[in-house]
Amino acid sequence: MTTTSHPVSTSVGHDAATTTPPLPEMRRRSARRVLGWLRFLPHAVIAGYLFLAVVGPLLVDYDPMVTSITDRLLSPGSTTSDGSTAWLGTDGVGRDVLAQIVLGARTSITIAVLTVTVCAVIGIAVGLVAGYVGGWADTVAARLIDVLIAFPGILLAIVIAGLFRPSIAIVVIALSAVGWIGFARVVRGTALSLRERDWVSAARVMAVPRRSILTRHVLPFVAGPVVAMATLEFALVVLAEAGLSFLGIGLPPTAVSWGQTVAAGKEYLEIAWWISTFPGLALALLVVCVGLVGDQLTARYGGKR
Amino acid sequence: MMRMIGRRLALGAFVMWGCVTLIFVIVRLAPGDQASVALGPDATADEIAAARTRLGLDEPLVVQYVSYLGRVLRLDFGESYRLGQPAMDAVLSRFPATLQLTVAAMAMAIVAGLILGCLAGGRPNGVVDRVLSSTAISLQSFPTFWVGIMLILVFALHLRALPSAGSGSLSHLVLPAVTLALPQTAIVARLTRSSLAESMQDGYVQTARSKGLTEREVLVGHALKNSLIPVVTIIGIQTGVLLGGSVVVENVFAWPGLGSLIVDSVAARDYAVVQAAALLIAGVVVVLNLLADLTYARLDPRIRVGAGA
Repeated sequence: MTTTSHPVSTSVGHDAATTTPPLPEMRRRSARRVLGWLRFLPHAVIAGYLFLAVVGPLLVDYDPMVTSITDRLLSPGSTTSDGSTAWLGTDGVGRDVLAQIVLGARTSITIAVLTVTVCAVIGIAVGLVAGYVGGWADTVAARLIDVLIAFPGILLAIVIAGLFRPSIAIVVIALSAVGWIGFARVVRGTALSLRERDWVSAARVMAVPRRSILTRHVLPFVAGPVVAMATLEFALVVLAEAGLSFLGIGLPPTAVSWGQTVAAGKEYLEIAWWISTFPGLALALLVVCVGLVGDQLTARYGGKR
Repeated sequence: MMRMIGRRLALGAFVMWGCVTLIFVIVRLAPGDQASVALGPDATADEIAAARTRLGLDEPLVVQYVSYLGRVLRLDFGESYRLGQPAMDAVLSRFPATLQLTVAAMAMAIVAGLILGCLAGGRPNGVVDRVLSSTAISLQSFPTFWVGIMLILVFALHLRALPSAGSGSLSHLVLPAVTLALPQTAIVARLTRSSLAESMQDGYVQTARSKGLTEREVLVGHALKNSLIPVVTIIGIQTGVLLGGSVVVENVFAWPGLGSLIVDSVAARDYAVVQAAALLIAGVVVVLNLLADLTYARLDPRIRVGAGA
């Protein structure tokens, strides 16, 4: 069975590069050079987001508690009462939308990085044991996964994040509850095929302890598929976190997040379209770029899910 | 075939037991006692103690678990303190609305996805294929709630063509169903495309072509049926995803389905309803997966005899 809820699935991607029309040598070369650089555009965009997430609070002066009646619902580009420009407008209580997007990037990326790390660690551990040890370990893992995927992912996240006290940690736990499955599947598949490879058999014959075989002879080979999987998972987590915070579940009310800003803007949709629109665009751009990088990585490492 | 169905049923029963147990564990781990939540902040310690005894919360965990399992088997999830009716009744009264939305969205996604996928897969790297593959990525990258809000902005507020929220008529269904259908269309179309493109390379397609059949006859009569197996699996899985995943979209459009009930119940710590709703959805997903398995056993005889499974 395949995981298919992925918004940015890659296994069905196809090579656009295989059919280039015949061009004169010179033009072809320069075209290829431009395309070569374009390949790194998503990387650059992601780097930009990471930069914003790290230094964002230094760039924008934003306090979610400070509201200003005179600056309510200003359209993009207007001047606020303190003389600065609200490039993307202000929200229903006079807070700058651009500042919310910058700080929202920090929240989103922090949660996504933490969640992907937790998922990767659990997934690698389960996948290695299930694939390499096999037998009952494999069966237990498979049945556990069967149970977890019976709940649509976001549902389990809503129940977990909603019933516990709001914090970043509980959001990470809620999103990791099913997020590790993708990693476990990829790693299990790889470990299964590695088990019969010569160098692993040789290590076994020489009575190398199983733990050392796993860490030194098997683990390095799952790195590629795991990295490819991590990018996909990252995109999914960003989307899921936005969904949770849109519903007002999981994050404390003082946190700034894209989902919350979109939700807050929904009330003013008719008179202030910008509040909901821009955070969604910021989120989509990040997810598209992460998805594109993920496609490149999957094509390279052939992480077949 | 019978053996396969038997094995699938046993697995389904096991998964349901796992789901029941998982929900029990989550609810027990959650902070805040069910008794004190139900009685509100003004309850005295005596009242809470009495409620705990009545709800069986002071029994050992194992005893609670066994009696919980027994009640679940009788489909008794207890009373919703918030709605004042049995939790399962509350859930079942909301289920038709969610089902309606899911079926409408999935039907749109299947029709549009299959057509687009056939157009793209019939001629790999053609115009349709290129346009589709790039739009598909973006369709799957936008958060659904945001797409829903943008559709409201354009079709309800600016064009005034469709209602922005509520339910009752067919026009109320359009926007939420389209919102849910867009990413699903992309999934179905991409999978159909790649699966079809693969089948088109097969020997029997060559044979069909050399018989002098037109490209369309080859595609519809020969390649398509074989390409549908992964698509059927996806449709089964995605329908389940939609049932639970429509939570967010229902919230955007104030659609009176299961999703909004779950969100409200989680916020109000109405454990009875949360458990009933989660288990109902899990049950439907298990049944859907079973149906998908059986469908592709019909489509592909190799699976029926157990060679492919």
